[in-house]
Amino acid sequence: MELAYTRDDEEFRTRLRSWLAAVLPTLPPRPDPLDWPARRAYDMGWQRRLYDAGYAGLHWPQAAGGRGATPVQHLIFLEETEAAGAPYVGAGFVGLLHAGPTIAAEGGPAQRARWLPPILRGEEVWCQGFSEPEAGSDLASLRTRAVRSGDSYVVTGTKIWTSHAEVADWCELLVRTDPEAPRHRGLTWLALPMDAPGVTVRPLRTLAGSQEFAEVFLDEVRVPVGNRVGAENDGWRVTMVTLSFERGTAFAGEVVACRRTLRQLARRAQRDGRWEDPALRRRLGRLNAEFTALWRLVQWNVSEAAHALRHGGSGVPGAGGSVFKLRYSHARQELYETAAAVLGPGSLDLAEEWTRERLSSLSYTIAAGTSQIQHNIVAERVLGLPRGR
Amino acid sequence: MDFRLTRDQEALRRGMRDLLAARFGREELRAAVDGADGAEGADRVAGAAGADRAAGTDRSNAGEGADRAGERSVPGGRLWRELGAAGLFALRAPERSGGVGSGLPEAVLVFEEAGRALLPGPLVATELAGSTGLVPGAAEGTVPVTALAGARAGDCALVEHLASAGAVLLLEEGRPARVLDPAAPAAVPMRSADPLTPLHRVRAPLPGPDRAPYRSADGSADGAVDGGEGAAPDGGVLLLEGALLAAAQQLGSARRTLELAVGYAREREQFGRPIGSFQAVQHLCAGMLVRSETARSVVYAAAVTADEAEIRAAKLLADTAAVDNARDCLQVYGGTGFTWEADVHLHLKRAWLRAEQWCAAAGSEERLASALLRPAGR
Repeated sequence: MELAYTRDDEEFRTRLRSWLAAVLPTLPPRPDPLDWPARRAYDMGWQRRLYDAGYAGLHWPQAAGGRGATPVQHLIFLEETEAAGAPYVGAGFVGLLHAGPTIAAEGGPAQRARWLPPILRGEEVWCQGFSEPEAGSDLASLRTRAVRSGDSYVVTGTKIWTSHAEVADWCELLVRTDPEAPRHRGLTWLALPMDAPGVTVRPLRTLAGSQEFAEVFLDEVRVPVGNRVGAENDGWRVTMVTLSFERGTAFAGEVVACRRTLRQLARRAQRDGRWEDPALRRRLGRLNAEFTALWRLVQWNVSEAAHALRHGGSGVPGAGGSVFKLRYSHARQELYETAAAVLGPGSLDLAEEWTRERLSSLSYTIAAGTSQIQHNIVAERVLGLPRGR
Repeated sequence: MDFRLTRDQEALRRGMRDLLAARFGREELRAAVDGADGAEGADRVAGAAGADRAAGTDRSNAGEGADRAGERSVPGGRLWRELGAAGLFALRAPERSGGVGSGLPEAVLVFEEAGRALLPGPLVATELAGSTGLVPGAAEGTVPVTALAGARAGDCALVEHLASAGAVLLLEEGRPARVLDPAAPAAVPMRSADPLTPLHRVRAPLPGPDRAPYRSADGSADGAVDGGEGAAPDGGVLLLEGALLAAAQQLGSARRTLELAVGYAREREQFGRPIGSFQAVQHLCAGMLVRSETARSVVYAAAVTADEAEIRAAKLLADTAAVDNARDCLQVYGGTGFTWEADVHLHLKRAWLRAEQWCAAAGSEERLASALLRPAGR
């Protein structure tokens, strides 16, 4: 049980901190959240600075052009960038956290050379085409068809909840190549160029009023066979590599941010007189305990992942990620419910950042695997309960 | 940073688990419950042991009734002396004074096992007294020590195992810890909800002249005690250490009720299949794991940092994990869970009790709220 960081790790932290202190004041102003091209440019500009400073693909293996940093250093990176108020990964999310690691793990040499460097340099944006209108939690039931025709697959179907689709260059696409096979065994992973003929993007408006994701219609889109990563009909296994990345340390920076928000909430309550309400104070105190524990849970999971990596494992947090996601998504919603209690009538004012965050927090128990699906995963894969229906 | 347990820590935990399995397995637990039940609370049994000790005799050494059901685990009895010999009550005392010389993380692992096994007795206060050397005999397990911990002056507080205790630790924030004669405080016995933990309501002493009625264990008037080696430790520090050890017990209980629920859900069949294959039951069990894993992270971290806010956070989450896991375990057990024969109620009642002791929720939530107003590094 050691929470102190090694001297190497502390040096890494110090260098990162001084780089952040130097670079952050030179960033352009943040773009309008509704202006997608501006957001893309901003996020890619930040990624380019990370690349130039040697921080791009920190947790990627060196063979893939990454830094091969330890899980602990990756955690320090997430902690420090958030604490310094650095930009979030933004439009780089799918490339850096899903598609890139998948290509690094499963792609051939030419595929790695083609797709990985532009992700690291902040030149190409990826989006994710997994979910479909009829295939949400039951992802393996997806119907988008890919039929082999010469050197191409001809793809037809509809994808949904695709973040960054409007500004993406590539889409990591999961398609059905063998409708006769058992459902997990007829799927294939393809890299779809978003400018291919037959691709139509229709933005979806979220309940928060923003356009964070889109529906993607595919009408006989031709995708070269060379864009297939992994074997035909092996796409389910290939995809699972990316999904576990998604639930790993992706939220570590957000825990740091939530703890900052919590302190701001307390000061706001004190200023507005709501601090006199003992029920509200106790709710804030309970949240302090909650986020203290969540940070420690991140460190626990990272320690487990680092240990596994040293002993030949993938370094990808496994089911521990599901436990964390269940608890964190609930805590985040409770944080912004409490913010609404602090704001009182102001909680209905969309000019308040916390009002908007309250709305977007509603997605946390749904996106990247609903809480119900996460409970199933924990029950069956961690606790070993018999498979249910 | 490597948050995982070291090999030595794993071995320590395994050793404690094996020791408790051999010395206080389910049979001994149920014998203790039945003994206490027959005597309407362990008070009478424990009280008799206390009287024997006061008279300079030792019931279990004298042979008479030594193996009577339920008496082996009485505080100060044979099991306690065995645990004392194993170092349970002197974990953190320096080796030169006959202690184990471990730190809080090791103490937490050992107390987690005690909570898992539902080991009865005033374990936390006795460990504090033994590790600090405040009460002679505490470290050896021959003198059980209870505590009047963290109550505001004049408040009525719960004190466990008063009748069998040889001393009472009075722990107040901002004052040195003091040792009181168990006969000193005005105490009213309760019919304890936890069959293995006799309870008294005790009025916490008021500051100043009102302290007079409280004699110290060594007979001095104001109850202040010289720990033997310089000044007595700060009551607030011991209070927090006690809260952490209680949190560790809660964690052990929470992880145990999860195991019980999962085991039962795998075995019990309805509609022709194990109930653990139904999502309604699966989700209860998964929620229990989420609670215990989250609580574990902060309890272990608090053992490493010994930071006040982190200890309070650990106690809050461990209390919730223990109580809610016992509740959900009871639900998974169905009708069986409502019976005296199942162990679930023992976990639930002990969890309720520990949630009231050693920094209860209301006070800690207030402290953790105030902490948010202080400028923080991160």
